[in-house]
Amino acid sequence: MADATHDDVGYVPPAEIEEQDLYHAKSWITKYVFCQDAKVIAIQYSITAIAIGLVGLVLSWLMRLQLGFPEAFSFIEPDDYYQFITVHGMIMVIYLLTALFLGGFGNYLIPLMVGARDMVFPFVNMISYWVYLLAVVVLCASFFVPGGPTGAGWTLYPPQAILSGTPGSDGGIILMLVSLALFIVGFTMGGLNYVVTVFQARTRGLSLMRLPLTIWGILTATVLALLAFPALFVGAVMMLLDRILGTSFFMPSIVELGEHLSYGGGSPILFQHLFWFFGHPEVYIVALPAFGIVSDLISVHARRNIFGYRMMVWAIVIIGALSFVVWAHHMYVSGMNPYFGFFFATTTLIIAVPTALKVYNWTLTLWRGDIHLTTPMLFAIGFIVTFVNGGITGLFLGNVAIDVPLSDTMFVVAHFHMVMGVAPALVIFGAIYHWYPKITGRLLDETLGKFHFWVTFLGAYLIYFPMHYLGFVGVPRRYFELGDTQIFDQSVGDLNAFISIVTFIVGFAQLVFFFNLYRSYSKGKEAGPNPWRACSLEWQTAETPPGHGNFGKELPLVYRWPYDFNVPGAKEDFIPQNMSQSEAFPKRKAAAKTSRSRAAKK
Amino acid sequence: MITALIIILVAVGSVAFHLMSPWWWTPIASNWGFIDTTIIITFWVTGTVFVAILFFTGYCIWKFRHREGVKADVEYEPENKSLETWLTIGTTIGVVIMLTPGLFAWKQFITVPEGADEFEVVAQQWQWSYRLPGKDGVLGKSDVRKITPENPFGINADDPKGKDDVLIESDDLHLPIDRPVKVLLRAIDVLHDFYVPQFRAKMDMVPGTITYFWFTPTKVGNYEVLCAELCGVGHHAMRGMVVVDNDSDYRAWLAEQTTFGQSLAKAQQQKSIDLASTTDRATSEKKVSAQ
Amino acid sequence: MNLLRELTDKPWIATEGIPGAGQEQKMLSAVSSGRAAIKWLFGVGSVLFFLLIVSYGERMTYEDWRPLPESKLLWFNTIALISSSVAMQWAVIGGRRDEIDDVKIGMLSGGITAVVFLAGQLLAWRQLVQMGYFETTNPAIAFFILITGLHALHIVGGLIAWGRTAQKVWWRGCEAGQIRGSVELCAFYWHFLLVLWLVLFGLLFAGNNNLSIILAICGLR
Repeated sequence: MADATHDDVGYVPPAEIEEQDLYHAKSWITKYVFCQDAKVIAIQYSITAIAIGLVGLVLSWLMRLQLGFPEAFSFIEPDDYYQFITVHGMIMVIYLLTALFLGGFGNYLIPLMVGARDMVFPFVNMISYWVYLLAVVVLCASFFVPGGPTGAGWTLYPPQAILSGTPGSDGGIILMLVSLALFIVGFTMGGLNYVVTVFQARTRGLSLMRLPLTIWGILTATVLALLAFPALFVGAVMMLLDRILGTSFFMPSIVELGEHLSYGGGSPILFQHLFWFFGHPEVYIVALPAFGIVSDLISVHARRNIFGYRMMVWAIVIIGALSFVVWAHHMYVSGMNPYFGFFFATTTLIIAVPTALKVYNWTLTLWRGDIHLTTPMLFAIGFIVTFVNGGITGLFLGNVAIDVPLSDTMFVVAHFHMVMGVAPALVIFGAIYHWYPKITGRLLDETLGKFHFWVTFLGAYLIYFPMHYLGFVGVPRRYFELGDTQIFDQSVGDLNAFISIVTFIVGFAQLVFFFNLYRSYSKGKEAGPNPWRACSLEWQTAETPPGHGNFGKELPLVYRWPYDFNVPGAKEDFIPQNMSQSEAFPKRKAAAKTSRSRAAKK
Repeated sequence: MITALIIILVAVGSVAFHLMSPWWWTPIASNWGFIDTTIIITFWVTGTVFVAILFFTGYCIWKFRHREGVKADVEYEPENKSLETWLTIGTTIGVVIMLTPGLFAWKQFITVPEGADEFEVVAQQWQWSYRLPGKDGVLGKSDVRKITPENPFGINADDPKGKDDVLIESDDLHLPIDRPVKVLLRAIDVLHDFYVPQFRAKMDMVPGTITYFWFTPTKVGNYEVLCAELCGVGHHAMRGMVVVDNDSDYRAWLAEQTTFGQSLAKAQQQKSIDLASTTDRATSEKKVSAQ
Repeated sequence: MNLLRELTDKPWIATEGIPGAGQEQKMLSAVSSGRAAIKWLFGVGSVLFFLLIVSYGERMTYEDWRPLPESKLLWFNTIALISSSVAMQWAVIGGRRDEIDDVKIGMLSGGITAVVFLAGQLLAWRQLVQMGYFETTNPAIAFFILITGLHALHIVGGLIAWGRTAQKVWWRGCEAGQIRGSVELCAFYWHFLLVLWLVLFGLLFAGNNNLSIILAICGLR
């Protein structure tokens, strides 16, 4: 590729992994099961995450059955309901979204997008997946122990999480905490790998500011996760000790149902601090990869460079840093020192500024573009709508005084589902439609994809937009039923029933997606190496799907950023990252130079 | 084309739903109207941004859609410093407009006016009890470790201030209208949260500490108490009732309530009647007097 | 390159000629990436133990705090861990000079002293039990067990890596040059755990609990 200028400067081969360190599969088992190739690990992560995510989806149906039609389903007892919401929340936030974005997309895209053969520690990478799988298995096992899984809410607040008034306080909570600890250990192994790979294994010419925003999102999210998960780990271990050994880290003197327990002196609020010191960065662990991926989807399908790339990178980094100083906005009414409220409300609303800038830049990328409304693009637009909606309701909850009436109501539920449930899920779907051709070599069906998009997007909006107003009415979250009450009239029940019905429709529409995945795998249109005509390195591999070692004999050399769409004077409407200037502007080398200097002046 | 239209419709529909749907907050019955005002301000700012972004997105999708055979006139502009600066400034102004009233409201919320009456809410799985300070206006000391069946609030029997405390167990709480009250919140087992939607205020109750908030009831009526912090299987059924009375009704109600001293005496009386029927009367009585 | 300067690069300017030409070629090696990974791991570990120290301090501000009974044994353990680090460094220097005997001596004594440290910690736990102090409701005891336990787990992890390196030294008979990298990584990790222990020991477990002095200076206690 770089033939034209070989004479000017001595040719230097790109950085290579030492040959003996590159992993070679020797048998079927080591190729598909105990595999150290990041691409296979990525698919293992994704399948596991989506499978457990389906469990979470079914749990949400069960709880919507109860909420929508409180009297109708007698097989759902309060115990069951609280277990459903707890496991649903835990699965969706940690075992699905975190694992899928970082373990799935991270593993697949990092080596390809940074132009590396594989992760730097393939063996550790493999262990990471198996520990994650073990964590999932332990989580599932809690359904089969006496008492069932824990019903303490996904926040697992002590003291109730380990007292007998909460379902699953025997084995369920112990397995939950063990599973979380395992997840964290597994993730830390993977996370170290992602970070070191991005920092050390980038190919020649790929400076940090030439990384696709997807990588920036995943990288920053991984750093957040590495630094935030220890807080959850500490909290989980301390609670385990409280539960098993009878220590009192989080347990004050308690009279439970008339009986004095032997605990004393601990602080329940300490757990909340630890939990949210993890929990708030966790929101961005899910959101930042989504930000990154959606930037790339929009840029590629609008055929225009992402607007304000540098601002996008800085915003990601600033949001990541700020996410460590806002955790107590989840605790405005927790009984902590009320003066913290001033500080945390201010930091929280400051985060709105870089976040809003990201939104502006996504929409400004559409401005004067050449917008192809492909399925990935539709999902990206759906993301913008739901993310803006969920983001602005965050401004309500982050503003400490407004949080007083709204906290612990359905408003909160609607807010976080919109912003870190629906919005990232739309990105995941968009990303799968976008990269499926690279992973399998075949395109997903566009008609089915568009149907899937419209039902999912409009349905999800119909579920969560009205739900905010239930919160205004004052309907508390985590209520098995509203029961006899004078505050909430029939209209609240009607809205709940409506929401439930839409939930089932949206849920079933996902079958279309799975059918599409299944059918296109063998019958989809052949994609070729670069069906979207994108610039980033993963589309420039010699083989599709990329073979072992990702790239051919030599690693690609990177000449430019990954957003060179419709550059004036270029022979095509996109220039791959590994295409040299002379190749991209064959006729008008001089003109290219002027356009470059014009751009530089801006 | 259709996509752009639907995006616009989502914006228009959301606004229409906001204006026309029957689901809106309950009529306020406390002094916290300022919080409602802050919410309205936030609605204006964020609503404007939401509609603007969706309209802009819809417009772009329509205007710059790809048309087969038409060479698109795509702009190659990596960034635009001045535009980004203006957007930053504009957003910051919006944030300040929302944050400032919020912080003032919070300052009010955590500053209890002098002379506010105190009362205590004690939560346990899954019921509400209340304690009023009695004639001396001061609540007696209490401790979870002192809780017994006769003394469910764990009041320190040695504290003279506690004797006249009025105890209300599993019954409605009455409050006089237009007098600021400081609500002291105590839980004896797990987290709970004392929440009356019409009062707008709420706060978690944490075992091991006493939390508080304050408000002034401004409307006579019956208000349902909900628990707003997950507290186990009975969470949703943990209800109570607050009745806001005018002054004379309130005094009449207060006169009917029993104090800690009275209930302790009654319990002791009851106990000695029970004990009279048992054989080892002498030893047991010693225990009672020791208490 | 300076990270901040790199973050202000104008990314849309393409490279003329060959990217990275004229710059020194950095080979991606297992040692350099191992070192980077361990540095990140230090970050993770530091957050973990920092949060534990903060929790410890928070708990100390309560009135019912009872301090940990002093144990002379911990001083002995500390000395063992320091000598372990010194020995590992000996092995590193031996590796750099290509003297396999020094590597062997350093590795062996480093491993043994680390095991001595672990045994000493276990003994300290037993002492607490025998002194009748083992009530789990005493927060100082609970924190001691939690913090030393997590620290010991990190040491065990280090010993596993040590075992893999030792296997190369003794069984596979590698030359000093071949194992230099692994020994350096081990020693690097050892020093981190030593620093961590010194901070924990100095703040929480040595003498009259120095954290309380800090809290007192900050007016928190």
